[in-house]
Amino acid sequence: MLSQDNTSQGAARSPAIDLRKINKSFGPVKANKDVDLIVAKGSIHGIIGENGAGKSTLMSILYGFYEADSGEIWVNGKLTSIHSSKDAITTGIGMVHQHFMLIDTFTVLENVMLGAEQSSSLKQSKKSARAELQRLSTEFGLAVDPDAMTGDLAVGLQQRVEILKALYRGAEILILDEPTGVLTPQEVQQLFDILQALRERGVSVMLITHKLQEIIAITDEVTVMRGGTMVAPRETAKTNKEELAELMVGRKVLLRVDKEPAKPQQVLLEAKNLTLLDSAGIARLDDVSLQVRAGEILGIAGVSGNGQTELLDVLSGISAVQRGSVVLNGVNIDKNNVLNAKDFRHLSLGHVAEDRHKQGMVTQFSARECAIMGFQDEPEFNGRLLMDNAAVTEHCASLMQQFDVRPNNPHLKAANFSGGNQQKLCIAREIERQPKVLLVGQPTRGVDIGAIEFIHQQIVSLRDAGNAVLVVSVELEEVMSLCDRIVVMFEGRIVGEMAAVDADAQKLGLLMGNAGGGDSDNSTTGVVS
Amino acid sequence: MSDFMLIAVSTLDATIRVSTPLILCAMAGLFSERSGIVDIGLEGKMLAGAFAAAAIAAVTGSAWLGLGAAISVSICMALLHGFACITHKGNQVVSGLAINILASGLTVTLGIAWFHQGGQTPLLSGDARFFSIDLPGALAVADIPVLGTIYTQLISGHNALVYIAFMTVPVTWWLVYQTRFGLRLRAVGENPQAVDTAGISVFWLRYRAVICAGLLCGIAGAYLSIAQNASFIREMSAGKGYIALAALIFGKWRPKTALLACLLFGFLEALTVRLEGVPLPLIGEVPAQLMQATPYILTVVLLAGFIGKAIAPKSIGIPYSKER
Repeated sequence: MLSQDNTSQGAARSPAIDLRKINKSFGPVKANKDVDLIVAKGSIHGIIGENGAGKSTLMSILYGFYEADSGEIWVNGKLTSIHSSKDAITTGIGMVHQHFMLIDTFTVLENVMLGAEQSSSLKQSKKSARAELQRLSTEFGLAVDPDAMTGDLAVGLQQRVEILKALYRGAEILILDEPTGVLTPQEVQQLFDILQALRERGVSVMLITHKLQEIIAITDEVTVMRGGTMVAPRETAKTNKEELAELMVGRKVLLRVDKEPAKPQQVLLEAKNLTLLDSAGIARLDDVSLQVRAGEILGIAGVSGNGQTELLDVLSGISAVQRGSVVLNGVNIDKNNVLNAKDFRHLSLGHVAEDRHKQGMVTQFSARECAIMGFQDEPEFNGRLLMDNAAVTEHCASLMQQFDVRPNNPHLKAANFSGGNQQKLCIAREIERQPKVLLVGQPTRGVDIGAIEFIHQQIVSLRDAGNAVLVVSVELEEVMSLCDRIVVMFEGRIVGEMAAVDADAQKLGLLMGNAGGGDSDNSTTGVVS
Repeated sequence: MSDFMLIAVSTLDATIRVSTPLILCAMAGLFSERSGIVDIGLEGKMLAGAFAAAAIAAVTGSAWLGLGAAISVSICMALLHGFACITHKGNQVVSGLAINILASGLTVTLGIAWFHQGGQTPLLSGDARFFSIDLPGALAVADIPVLGTIYTQLISGHNALVYIAFMTVPVTWWLVYQTRFGLRLRAVGENPQAVDTAGISVFWLRYRAVICAGLLCGIAGAYLSIAQNASFIREMSAGKGYIALAALIFGKWRPKTALLACLLFGFLEALTVRLEGVPLPLIGEVPAQLMQATPYILTVVLLAGFIGKAIAPKSIGIPYSKER
């Protein structure tokens, strides 16, 4: 019924994009099934869905990466065929990819004009591109130094370059694929300001995301995708997060973490003045001290790459302590008493690694093998000479049962599970031993909303059983709702600490960009005022 | 003093002659590798080019036709490499090795079948070879000390291909850094997806790069068989393609520094020849084998640590496929 409304409205205004009955299969998998989508001119249209819902496939079809098996693409009221990115660009469609399509060793100017050079001589092309870039920068308020080396720019600025690239090619329809994943809250706000400026000048924006917050904050209309189909078009003003979450998952989802206030007790894990230098002599950790108590969840917030990974490595024994010390369950670990990751485990530490594909599991192994990694030498899994395969399988089956890992098949290759189920398996492996201290890196990265709820519950119940939990996450919402106490890391240092109840995105965001510390803001290098 | 001058000039003169194929191959490799295609097949392309040049020059009596044949054959082999690694996304090192093995076997086999001289081609003379050219005024200034000697002995008196080789360096630099083609070439070696999303064909761009590589390797081959020597001899490339590749890496994939690396390697080889059998002060006579090995040992040592980190084009060796 709603789509009927949209069609009649669209015909009057001739929508920017009108997709009709798009189908696309990869082998037996139907990535898009009879997808219809209408994007009004000069609007911001959100497309939301879980991983694998078919959002990216649909956008790739629109941008000429894939060709649809069947269906029609109408742009500005005209039936168009798009076979390549070149066609898409000519049609006036621009795309800002999740992983930027930039050459790090090129200047901003070179990146912007690549593929759209005015002449075969670079000198000529640069001259005309510079003038045009200047015009676009002023018109849309997108200031970037054209001669800055792109790889040196902060992520937010690189994204600006991507947007400028699209505008330089005359894009009137801009697709943004998960644009906020790598941005600080301040940078997100700046991006939204830019998008609004674009809308005011008649550019139609399509925002692909899995973050409900963003949809509510910026879009005019929103379409939900689930399992390759368009579930529902909605006007953003007339919907809410709960409804959208339910449409995405297909059942009711609890968005807030349901937990009692923490009852912190004795300190179980302590870092004292940890400093870690990398091979180039740069301090990745700079005098980091923190305590995690039994019965509390400590969250570490920060833009990724500010020392969180190194901190987890030291606290789990993967990297040796260089300066300072770690006290784990009363055992002092420092330069003179170096312990490895296995020793740390024996001191009752569990570690769910940030990158499950690199550190958490071997994706080419079966689930049952992944489920004992780190514990493969335990007597319960070993016979006299060979591994006790029956016990290993049994163990995995019971984990899968308890933690709702689907499909429930210990022999299936780890790579064949979805991100959420892989993560559940990793978390199950660590939590099942009830470690006194649990380190969790990015608990829900690449995990669907439904599984997020479950993972959060498991972490909270481990806390309630009187254990200490340290969570590292780049998702602010997650840190704020899951943790009891929050510290913020910036360039290897701890720049702030607060109770989760006192925290809000604004406060944390300022600390994450270190704008609250009074230092000059490094992240804006390369901006011309 | 003038004795030393003469020795120095003749060593440097030899350096230029030895460096010429290295320079051509290094520039060839630069095009290919900057576009993201590993080119270990420089050696094979050069060898095939050398054979084609000598064979055609022997039959037709024209050095220029020989050069044309060398370029055509070398480009064909480059296209074969491209077909395997660009179109079919094969392993670039394996494909390059296959090119080398193919060239090594095929040149000898065809040579025996066509010319019945144990894999060699008939000796060339007259117009079938490139002869040295005296630059204008070379004789007139010959008697001026130092500068005159340098001009007459060192700069003048090489064959056309030597001058072409030295000219390819600024031309390569200009193409790579001053033209639209160069911008895209550098981009595709760093991030082919960015090039694809900018609406440029990654395949066609990379094919053009390997064709450039084929062209230059062909000239290098012709230089070996119909300019520096007077016939094709089996395995006459003798690892020069690999040395050129090392020089390219040593020169960090840049034309000017790669040229310097080629000249350094060429100089070492020229020095080896000069010092053979000559007792050195303090050390005495150095075994010829050790002297011959020096450039290779130096290559390993230099590449292993002395040049700092050589940052390769980011996407080198990775076949590009659209479907992610």
